[in-house]
Amino acid sequence: MRFSIYRYTPGKDTKPYMQEFNVDIAAHNCNMLLDVLLVIKETLDDSLTLRRSCREGVCGSDGMNINGKNGLACVTHLSGLKEPVVIRPLPGLPVIRDLVVDMRQFYQQFERVQPWLQNTDTAPTKERLQSPEDRAKLDGLYECILCACCSTACPSFWWNPDKFIGPAGLLQATRFLVDSRDTETSARLAQLGDAFSVYRCHGIMNCVDVCPKGLNPTQAIDKIKHMLIAEGV
Amino acid sequence: MSIATQTFDAIIVGGGGAGMRASIELAQSGLNVAVISKVFPTRSHTVAAQGGINAALGNTDGYDDWRWHMYDTVLGSDFMGDQDAIEYMCKEAPQTIYELEHMGLPFSRNPDGKIYQRAFGGATRNYGEEQARRTCCAADRTGHAMLHALYQKNLAVKTKFFNEWYAVDLVRTAQGIAGVIAICIETGEVVFLKSRATVLATGGAGCIFQSTTNAHINTGDGFGMVLRAGLPLQDMEFWQFHPTGIYGAGVLVTEGSRGEGGYLLNKNGERYMERYAPHLKDLACRDIVSRSSIIEIREGRGCGPKGDHVLLKLDHLGEAVINERLPGIRDLAITFAGVDPVKDPIPVVPTCHYIMGGIPTDIHGRVLTVQNGADQIVEGLYAAGECACVSVHGANRLGANSLLDLVVFGRSAGKHIQTAVREGLSQLEPMQADIDAALARLNRWNEASSGESVDEIRKTLQKIMQDDFGVFRTADNMQQGFVKLEALRERLSHAAIKDKSPHFNTSRIEALELDNLMASAIATATLAHKRQESRGAHARYDFTERDDNNWLKHLVYFADGRIDSRAINMAPNEVQPITLRARD
Ligand SMILES: Cc1cc2nc3c(=O)[nH]c(=O)nc-3n(C[C@H](O)[C@H](O)[C@H](O)COP(=O)(O)OP(=O)(O)OC[C@H]3O[C@@H](n4cnc5c(N)ncnc54)[C@H](O)[C@@H]3O)c2cc1C
Ligand code: SF4
Ligand code: SF4
Ligand code: FES
Repeated sequence: MRFSIYRYTPGKDTKPYMQEFNVDIAAHNCNMLLDVLLVIKETLDDSLTLRRSCREGVCGSDGMNINGKNGLACVTHLSGLKEPVVIRPLPGLPVIRDLVVDMRQFYQQFERVQPWLQNTDTAPTKERLQSPEDRAKLDGLYECILCACCSTACPSFWWNPDKFIGPAGLLQATRFLVDSRDTETSARLAQLGDAFSVYRCHGIMNCVDVCPKGLNPTQAIDKIKHMLIAEGV
Repeated sequence: MSIATQTFDAIIVGGGGAGMRASIELAQSGLNVAVISKVFPTRSHTVAAQGGINAALGNTDGYDDWRWHMYDTVLGSDFMGDQDAIEYMCKEAPQTIYELEHMGLPFSRNPDGKIYQRAFGGATRNYGEEQARRTCCAADRTGHAMLHALYQKNLAVKTKFFNEWYAVDLVRTAQGIAGVIAICIETGEVVFLKSRATVLATGGAGCIFQSTTNAHINTGDGFGMVLRAGLPLQDMEFWQFHPTGIYGAGVLVTEGSRGEGGYLLNKNGERYMERYAPHLKDLACRDIVSRSSIIEIREGRGCGPKGDHVLLKLDHLGEAVINERLPGIRDLAITFAGVDPVKDPIPVVPTCHYIMGGIPTDIHGRVLTVQNGADQIVEGLYAAGECACVSVHGANRLGANSLLDLVVFGRSAGKHIQTAVREGLSQLEPMQADIDAALARLNRWNEASSGESVDEIRKTLQKIMQDDFGVFRTADNMQQGFVKLEALRERLSHAAIKDKSPHFNTSRIEALELDNLMASAIATATLAHKRQESRGAHARYDFTERDDNNWLKHLVYFADGRIDSRAINMAPNEVQPITLRARD
């Protein structure tokens, strides 16, 4: 099976280039794209650089652009891919080396929404109660693995990565806005009402299309917009 | 050569559940603490834990007692667990769960709003009477929910993180540990992180086996580091094989799926666990279930064209229960086994999962060494989580007790360091020779210009461990395996990497990791061969019985091959000791 992979090592390459590899996927027992990338690294070129850890789609390390669409290599079946499989780093973030991008901006936007539970009431001695219905509101939000597939597929994030929080960060914002245990809803909303943080989202839905966990950032963003209006921010 | 140095009160090596629970405690108290992690913290393997975390809350059963939890844990450990440590863990469990809930962990809930608890293997009510529901969970994504909640809390308390930094070796002085040498993966910069207290929270080493539920990053780095610092590892012969790794992929299917009512079948469609463990059936302890599956396969009742796996049946639970309680499992089965458990059973096989042994510590996380037959505390060094051996899991860990171990002992290490620093724990000052010693390994890999590739050696190592140190062991196999490992270790000392770039050089990291895999494998091989009995997860064909007269003790291994032993603690503080008896 043929692969065309983005290569760039600072200090060595003056500019990025695409490199072709041919891998006998049956002989190496490869089912997933990550299997192939590791075979290339192990047997053909040990300098090929990527992040990977869990190999089961839960750690969010190996987001990359696969035949034009962002996804996780470890849960991408080879059988569904057109040849040559073109693999590039996630778009829109600075490349450190090969398929490894600098995620600082992405993490900064995540941190901007103060992604931790805030509750000013005195904590009870046991758990805070939460009804199964209220808990169900967190489904589709808490499962995010911070892989950045969504934000790096979002044109609004490419243009304003410093001001637009982006789909991943906003999904997290929603996760805390709707948590019945969080008391700081108004303060959170007050942070989001400017022209950029949320309102740069134009509902293009690229984010929904690529999320490997099947989450729906657009819906989460709509939820925030509704809450902003209701709150009069 | 002088080396860039940064100074802290405490350095925590590892941003998994254990490391990040410890750091919260320290950052909150205002100490100058930093966490270093070779991956961004939420990518640590705690994220993959599915089933849950134990605590005797009694939310689902109406009543529970930490003493019952303690009893189950001691029995599960096949009496290898230290009863004072188990007592401490089970007693602290409810409080640590409430703390996690207050941090925001999105636990599943009962109709009354309390945390939902499910059934798990080896959990009983009233000292073995009936199945208990003691496992708190967030659907089947408990580890993810916990790790993210801990990271979030660390952001709130402003912990300093060195993300994508790799710890190479401890800096050891004559008195104890003075910090750690670390390399920034992105830039190649090498720094001495100097600290009064260094906490190892580096997780497991499942990558010594070919087939494992562990991530690629679980390479036993903490094990390599302590061995090279002249300190021992304990109980390394006890590796847990999880009964339900997805056949061919190794990816885990949580025990919670059997907790929710799933069960195992052989090729005749027989629910064979009824035969091996009539009482607890599919929820017997993991070592028992894994051995039963292997026996089924060996005796020709395995499934598939090669008869080399068994089946996990879930469809009778119905789509609604599967979607609510096991949504992640459904996804994994579809992705990695090509079957939808709502309709078809999942092909599974016992798969390496967890190391019960590790760096010996007391309940405050202080690392111990053994000198002239007596425990000695190593100044400045702590360990917590899967890399530590307190020991609460003994010869076999109960499901959902590891996440608990992380938060209970991560917290207790944090608390102890706080007190120690306040009471004047001093900063040890290394000599240049101490720093050079910690840099030696890095220098070797940087300088070696030609030699065999790292990947070939890693593959061979994994094959040896898989073949000769698996679910069932014999002296012959282990002896052969050991000889092969020694030869491989020699080859490793001449291996080289081609890529010498300073920028995000993952080849170099993998080479450094391979040193640690090798150290972990040899420790395992040595102690597995030494222990001439079957206990918990260590099962031998040539010594099939538990032998309390000769082997009721922890074994410790030093890098020079020396083996020593430590007594098992049978003296809990508040309850009567749980006395020796046979298991189910
Ligand atoms: C698939 C799976 C499911 C599981 N399910 C459950 C469950 O339901 N319940 C339960 O109780 N247990 C479960 N376990 C066990 C449990 O999840 C693990 O034992 C536990 O998460 C380990 O946590 P830890 O903090 O010790 O290490 P990890 O979470 O593995 O973290 C190790 C950390 O150390 C860092 N690190 C390692 N080496 C270095 C180095 N050299 N330099 C810098 N950083 C380094 C890593 O970057 C990482 O941050 C499961 C295990 C697996 C594999
Ligand atoms: S819907 Fe909004 S967040 Fe998603 S890709 Fe489009 S602009 Fe970006
Ligand atoms: S929302 Fe989905 S795509 Fe975006 S970071 Fe989270 S898991 Fe990844
Ligand atoms: S390797 Fe963890 S998500 Fe792919």
